[in-house]
Amino acid sequence: MADSKRPSFPLALIAFVLLAVLAFAAGDAATGWAQSSTYPQTTLEPRSEVARAIDDVLDGIVLWVIVIFVVVQAALVLTVARFRQRPGGAPARHMHGNTTLEIAWTLAPAIILAFIAVPTVKVIFDNAKPTKGDIQVRVIGHQWWWEFQYPGKGVITANELHLPVGKTVSFELESVDVIHSFWVPAFAGKKDLIPGRTNHLWFTPEVTGTFPGQCAEFCGASHANMYFKVVVQPQEEFDAWLAQQKAPVAPPDSASLAARGLAIYQKGQCVACHMIDGVSYGVVGPNLGKVSTRATIAAGMFPNDDENLTAWIRNAPALKPGSLMTRQDMSDEDVAALVAYLRTRR
Amino acid sequence: MATTVAAAPTHATHAHTGLWSWITTVDHKRIAILYFFTALGFFFVGGFEALLIRLQLSHAGATVVSAQMYNSLFTMHATTMIFLALMPMSVAFFNYIIPLQIGARDVAFPRLNAFSYWVFLFGGIFMNISFLMNVAPDGGWYGYATLTGKAYSPTHSIDFWAVGLQILGVASLAGAFNFITTIINLRAPGLGFMRLPVFTWMTLVTSFLIILAFPVITVALVELMFDRLSPVPTNFFNVAKGGDPLLWQHLFWVFGHPEVYILILPAMGVISEILPTFSGKPLFGYAFIVYSGIFIGFMGWGVWSHHMFTVGLGPLGDTFFALATMLIAIPTGVKIFNWIGTMWGGSIRLVTPMWFAIGFISMFIIGGLSGIMHSSPPADTQQNDTYFVVAHIHYVLFGGTMLGLIAGIYYWFPKVTGRYMNETLGQWHFWLTMISMNLTFFPMHFSGLLGMPRRVYTYQKGMGFELYNQMSTAGALLLAVSLLIFLHNLIRSIRKGEVAPTNAWNGATLEWATATSPPPEFNFQKLPTVKTLDPLWHQEGPKGHKIDVGGTDGHGIHMPNPSYWPMFAAFGMTVMMAGLIFGLTLGVPGGLLFVYSTYRWALEPAS
Repeated sequence: MADSKRPSFPLALIAFVLLAVLAFAAGDAATGWAQSSTYPQTTLEPRSEVARAIDDVLDGIVLWVIVIFVVVQAALVLTVARFRQRPGGAPARHMHGNTTLEIAWTLAPAIILAFIAVPTVKVIFDNAKPTKGDIQVRVIGHQWWWEFQYPGKGVITANELHLPVGKTVSFELESVDVIHSFWVPAFAGKKDLIPGRTNHLWFTPEVTGTFPGQCAEFCGASHANMYFKVVVQPQEEFDAWLAQQKAPVAPPDSASLAARGLAIYQKGQCVACHMIDGVSYGVVGPNLGKVSTRATIAAGMFPNDDENLTAWIRNAPALKPGSLMTRQDMSDEDVAALVAYLRTRR
Repeated sequence: MATTVAAAPTHATHAHTGLWSWITTVDHKRIAILYFFTALGFFFVGGFEALLIRLQLSHAGATVVSAQMYNSLFTMHATTMIFLALMPMSVAFFNYIIPLQIGARDVAFPRLNAFSYWVFLFGGIFMNISFLMNVAPDGGWYGYATLTGKAYSPTHSIDFWAVGLQILGVASLAGAFNFITTIINLRAPGLGFMRLPVFTWMTLVTSFLIILAFPVITVALVELMFDRLSPVPTNFFNVAKGGDPLLWQHLFWVFGHPEVYILILPAMGVISEILPTFSGKPLFGYAFIVYSGIFIGFMGWGVWSHHMFTVGLGPLGDTFFALATMLIAIPTGVKIFNWIGTMWGGSIRLVTPMWFAIGFISMFIIGGLSGIMHSSPPADTQQNDTYFVVAHIHYVLFGGTMLGLIAGIYYWFPKVTGRYMNETLGQWHFWLTMISMNLTFFPMHFSGLLGMPRRVYTYQKGMGFELYNQMSTAGALLLAVSLLIFLHNLIRSIRKGEVAPTNAWNGATLEWATATSPPPEFNFQKLPTVKTLDPLWHQEGPKGHKIDVGGTDGHGIHMPNPSYWPMFAAFGMTVMMAGLIFGLTLGVPGGLLFVYSTYRWALEPAS
């Protein structure tokens, strides 16, 4: 028998490494080591009251989890170390159980769970209370991009959500195709966008800045490429942004390259899917009325520069798997004209 | 193969060699071996898929596989591991061990047992053929509507998944009915329910979960198939026509959560056998462990919506399912404490099966604790659909189920082959597994909490995800190495392992009482009579009673005849089901073969 071959790997070392890794995790959660500058999409740096309440619940659970982890793993390791068979060691003591002990370790987890359950239930109800925010936003999920509507303000944009700092925003969440999930970790947990239903979510951004968000429910080929950004601004900047989004855009000079681009836009397939107020009324793709005010294209995949826009118009599916925007067989001049026209949309 | 004991009074000894003997076998032990190697094969397929996934995620914007292929890989990795590797691997243990542990000659329905295996094999092959046709399932193993609708998944990918799962469901259901009947009806004289080995108990609970859970997913899949494949499509999940995508989620998780316990309870049963054997003392709190297993199985039905904390159930629904979920931590904790209590005061033999059992407890604690973290809906809304949950399920399904099953392989290998597996290689396997699985899965807690969603084929630079993903990828490669060591040990030990006595580890349960290892075809020449829990440990002393399996019962041993009709019936049924996708040219011949084979099967003399 192989009993004589005692393991050459020290169990204690493994246990120590595991404990060290977990201590690392605890330190991470407790000290905010996971800075948003390194991890822009971190869930551990809340920037709204809703996200903070979630984080507080998590912190409480993490403390209990660490205590339980250390106690139970230590009990396991010590038991194995102490009672391992060795020459001249005590024989096994036969016993079938101990009712007092078993009742005790049934009750102990129940009590710990009560400490976790109470704050959990409180935050469930706090974060779910119906709230009509200072500002309302309708979020509509599409494969694979985000539509943001500001009801009553006449603004529709895509993939870049602007919000005023310190104002509570309430969302209506919907989807036109498959289930998506709206997630900006800095501000709130996920909420699904479900076709045929309207979900609700609210939070109050506490600081200005740009915060990444991303679809969190698998939604098909380019689920990974369904990013968006939340730009939190001071009220006056936000108002200026709203005004810019609403401001009419003068048609391009008839002799300009942009004017040719407009003609191509109107004659081509663009109008079938895209909306530009007064020009086209498609609803399949993002609203292009102010496309050149946005920092990115293709739902956060690429910076919105001429080179990327050109490549995108030429062959979107090559850049974004499954993209519903089809490949456009146009001459270089036509694409350049189209880009020039879209650059006037700001 | 088996060496039959001299002058065994069986009226039928069957061919023991050749492919045909395996195709026609109805011996639970041989079917178990078929299950085992098939499940192991699929396990390596699923593992290969996992490696491709890990390579693709090793750095931002990698192009190892396409987005489409990636989506198929993660869908099929999960589907393969759950339905084609872990579940059938558990069934391999049910098959080999249960009749021996309860002192029976075979399962209640030997030919149905063969049918289950062949359905599983053909169903698994059917589903993987989709890769060759370039339409591998790509809607996630949970296949949420409306993405699985014809409008968003126009190819046959989802059809392969839905029909494949239906086929596999038949195998699981037939198997579960078989084991319930076997355990209830074929227990040896004196083997009352509170004397049943815990592994047998957990098999019984698992089988009940299967017969209650699989009909639910069957209904859901039938609805999906009607939506997709009916000439006049239905609209169960078609929102435009009044369908509801959440109907799918509720049905799927009413199946899906009990499925988690279907996966873990057998491993818990294995552990509950190994710990007493190698501690040299009985299981601590046998009744508590049995009752908590039943309680876990029961509570598994009341927690399905904890998979749905982000769909907007409302605060009351979230609260109910959160509290029900937290409640499950109690019996789970009880089991862990009782396992440690089993070792306490023992004389622990630290050999490979025991190491894996200890590893199971340690890793399962981590999976349980991360589970508590997202039993809280607020916390879950940040963790759901991130790598944090990927870490959790892998600590439960790999750290739990897989380590438990591996422990069982090392433990029962001497019973199945008459030889021990190599101890040095076993220890290398164990320690490499512990290091590599933690290197693979622990960093996923971080990538998840730091905002990385799951099921993404790529991520952007500047998110800080690289380091943790690279740790996971390195760990996965190391894990592959440890599994190759295991495979080498397994194959080598079948022929060259140290010869083991019939009670290879001084175990307490009846499977160790057979006259030989591997046991004779009829298991016990005379059925044993049981008077205590852990019967083999109570043979000595003044009150001891000898477990006697020699001599005769006073009549001949009736063993079932080999039959190929279960295999043909399974093949016919699979082809018939494929006809749902490919039309009557497959459906009609498949159906005819199925009906004809079942008819012949029914009229064939059973023994």
